[in-house]
Formats: sequence, C-alpha cells, structure tokens
Amino acid sequence: MLLAVEALTSHYGRIQALKGIDLTIDRGELVALVGANGAGKTTLLRTISGVQPASGGKIMFDDHNITANPPDSRVRMGISQVPEGRQVFGPMSVEDNLRLGAFSRGGAGTAEMLEKCFAMFPVLEERRKQPAGTLSGGQQQMLAMSRALMAQPVLLLLDEPSMGLAPILVDEIFAAIAELKAAGTTIFLVEQNAFAALSIADRGYVLETGKIVLADKGEALLVNEKVKEAYLGI
Amino acid sequence: MLAEFLQFLFSGITVGAIYALVALGFSIIYNASHVINFAQGEFVMIGGMATVFMMAGGLPLPAAMLVAVAIAVCAGLALERFAVGQSRGASVVTLIIITIGASIFLRGLASVVWDRNFHTLPSFSGDEPIRLAGATLTPQSLWVLGVTLVVAVLLFWFFTRTLMGKAMLATAHNRLAAQLVGINTRFVLMLSFGLAAALGAIGGILITPIAPTYFEGGVMLGLKGFSAAIVGGLGHGLGAIVGGLIVGIAEAMGAGYISSAYKDAFAFVLILLVLFFMPSGLFGVRGTERV
Ligand SMILES: Nc1ncnc2c1ncn2[C@@H]1O[C@H](COP(=O)(O)OP(=O)(O)O)[C@@H](O)[C@H]1O
Ligand SMILES: [Mg+2]
Repeated sequence: MLLAVEALTSHYGRIQALKGIDLTIDRGELVALVGANGAGKTTLLRTISGVQPASGGKIMFDDHNITANPPDSRVRMGISQVPEGRQVFGPMSVEDNLRLGAFSRGGAGTAEMLEKCFAMFPVLEERRKQPAGTLSGGQQQMLAMSRALMAQPVLLLLDEPSMGLAPILVDEIFAAIAELKAAGTTIFLVEQNAFAALSIADRGYVLETGKIVLADKGEALLVNEKVKEAYLGI
Repeated sequence: MLAEFLQFLFSGITVGAIYALVALGFSIIYNASHVINFAQGEFVMIGGMATVFMMAGGLPLPAAMLVAVAIAVCAGLALERFAVGQSRGASVVTLIIITIGASIFLRGLASVVWDRNFHTLPSFSGDEPIRLAGATLTPQSLWVLGVTLVVAVLLFWFFTRTLMGKAMLATAHNRLAAQLVGINTRFVLMLSFGLAAALGAIGGILITPIAPTYFEGGVMLGLKGFSAAIVGGLGHGLGAIVGGLIVGIAEAMGAGYISSAYKDAFAFVLILLVLFFMPSGLFGVRGTERV
C-alpha cells in the first residue's frame, strides 16, 4: 500500500471540512475521488500534501507516518500535487516554472524530464520562454501537470485538471493521465467530471460533506444508481 | 555652473546608492512575506556601529566589517525567528507593527550595548579627492558606488540564474505553488531577512565614513530607503536601485538649489508624487517579473 489515510480530519477554524476520511491507494493504481462542490476534495488533497494541517487521524505514505511532515519533505518523499486552478508562477517563464518543479531534487534530472514533458505537451516547448501567465487555460493546466512531473513523483495528486477547459483539451488532459498511469505513476484524481474520472480509474471514492460515502471499482461506481443520479446526471 | 551641478549629482548618486541597498532589503522581505520591515534602517545602523566598535576592540577594518555584517544578519534572522515567523496567521498589519517594535528594541539595545554618541569610520582608501570637471569625488564615494554595483550584479545573478533565487521569486509569486514544488517557504523567509539585513549592514558600513552614525542613525536612512522602494515599485529589484538613485539625486539637488533645510522632505514629496501619478511605482507594472 502506497498511501493510507486513516480517520483523517481537518478544520478551517471552527468549520470541519474533513470528518474522518479512510482511504488507501496501492502502487500503480489510478484512484478517482468524486464529489460535489464544497464536499472537501481540495481540502483532502491539501491535507495529504501538508499545506493544510490535519486536526486528527493519520496519513501513512510508503509505511512512514507523514501526518506531521512539512510540505517540502512530502514532495521529497515523492508526493506531487497539481493544485486546483493550476497556480502557475505567472510572471516567470514556462521553462523556469518547469525547472522549479525539480526543486525538490535540487534540479537533478531536469534536462531529461524537460524532454519528457515537451514530448507529452509540445506546445510547452514552443512557449518555453514565454511568461506562464500568458498561456491559455489549457496550456497552463499542461504546465501545472508537467511542473508536478518534473519532481518525478511516486504519487501524483490531481485536483480538477479538467476544470474550465474546452472538451477537446479535456480529452488531451485525460489522455495524458492515462499515459502517466501506463508508465507506472500512481495517481489520485479529484474530479467533478465524475464520468470521465471514473471511466479511467481502477477504483473510486465518493465524498459528501467531508465523509466518504461510497467506495468501489471505477466501472462499478459508473453504474451505481446513487452515483448516476447525483454525479452523472443520468 | 556645471561644476556645481556635478557636485550635487555626485553626492546624490552616492547617498542614492545607499538608499538603493536599503530599498533592496525592503523589497526582498516584502516579496517573501508582504511585510514592510520597519527595522530595515536598524540593520544599517548595526552595520556602521558594529564596525566602529569592533575596530575599537582591536579588529582591523576588513574583519570588523565582516563581523558587523554577521551581527546584522543574526539580528535579521532573530527578527524572523522570534517575531515575524512566530506570528503565523497574524495579519500583515500586525507583522508590520511587530517590525516597528523590533526597530525600537534594536535602537534601545544599541544605545545600551554601545553608546549614544556619534561615531565615524576611516575612509577605506584615503581622503585624497578626485577632481572631475571642477567637481570633486571622494574615494569613499567610489567605494560606495563600486560595492553597490557589485552587490546589484550578484543579486541579479542570484535571482535570475540560480534555482534558490528563482525559488525565492516563485515564493513571492505564489506561496502555495512554491510549497507544492517542495520549496521550504519558511526557509525562504529566513533567507530573505538574512539577505535584507546583510544589504542594510553593507550600506551602513559604506556610508559611515561619509556620514557619522549613532544609535538612531538608521531611522532616517530606513525611511529614505523605504521611499526609494516605493518610488521604484515595492518588490521590484531594478526599481529599488533606480528609486534609490532618484531619491538621492532629488535630495541633493533640492538641498543644493532650493534649501538644505528641507533636505529630508524631498524624499517624501517624491513618494507622494509617484503614488499620485503611478500608484504602483515606476517599475511596479502588474505582471512583470519582480525581484
Ligand atoms: N480557506 C477556507 N476557509 C474556510 N473554509 C473553507 C476554506 N476552503 C474551503 N473551505 C470550506 O471547506 C469545505 C470544503 O471545501 P473544498 O475542500 O474546497 O471542497 P471541494 O474541493 O470539494 O469543492 C467547504 O465547505 C468550503 O466552504
Ligand atoms: Mg476543490
């Protein structure tokens, strides 16, 4: 087991956003997390990355208890996140954004990973000298994903990578995710686009107001009556 | 006529270079934390005073300068470690008030540990003035300009060519994303305070042979440096340098041609003018790269 989250809780002041989350992710798996807006998906990813403190429970990564580790130590251990809203370093060049992605490795392997990222998203190579803030939304998403990959993560956390993108770009992003999975990266994919996410996922969890309410194989959730009604609009 | 103008220009550029160093310190800390560090002037004072007292204690000038910079850096790190960094989640206004408190504390400490008198340092390489078109330039002015130039080039190299420098900029642009690529943003904050303190102390050491210092000597230099940072665009490296020179030159010209009684007022008039016509400073255009 690569990641094991046990009874995890997290608060924003008095508001409890996570109410005791249990979930596991095995090496090489693609696990999807779906849920409505405000369910706590982003909070869960933030807590796994360590940029949001846990108020209770435990996060085990690679058999280490990382619940109290600072975010930079978690990145060095192999947890990279593509945050909601992309969060690129807007005034810095595309290339600098990517180089900073390898910060946790002290820049090691930068040249080789740059090539891989440019092969996956050629538009980034064309725009490598341009400020990241001038890219389109889809290109920024590609950049945010590439930046996370520059760290050569063991576990990749993706927070709504398809949000706000045109359908053709959504397809491109999901194709890239499938490619990463095929290459062996373990992926935890958070999506409001439940159909697309569950279609490519090995397993899925459904989150409702800070609690996991369903857990099953991806294809099983796709035909689950409750999921169909609440998240697939069928 | 020309000689007189050149004379004012030289003195303006010299003092402007010091303001530039102080302004760079303001900008670096502002970028890392959005805090305006009102103890920045005290780093300048510590640089000058510590060098004076290290020399009085028997150290040769170069060693005394190094120790003085180290003392200022320790003060900067302590300010981050025990005051600003401890107050996690405090509002920026609270943090700024903390730095004002720290500045008062550092002045008090300096007056107790050292004294309340004015002190000066020998010029680094004599006082034989250099004549240029009827005006004179002191060797110490050349030291000020030369060292400031070297420091500016080193900073430029650090922020544009090294991964750590870029990480500091990245933290300024987007703290969350910086944390998510594995940058220790707390370390960046420490580094910023250390760097700003070193820059201030270097400025203080350079200027003491020209303008004697005392325990409150950092107050006015800090305010002028702050004006320079605002004029150039807070958080912008080149802006800090240009802002420093503008404030220095305006002050020297104002004092020379208008009245030296209002010398200190020119910097603040400049701030008001710039803020009125260009609210984010000369270089503070949104979306450009900031150092
Ligand atoms: N910074 C914050 N401060 C206070 N409450 C927050 C903050 N961020 C999120 N929340 C609250 O936490 C809950 C979960 O939010 P979030 O994790 O962003 O959900 P999701 O990503 O599933 O849309 C929501 O009720 C939201 O209002
Ligand atoms: Mg969210």
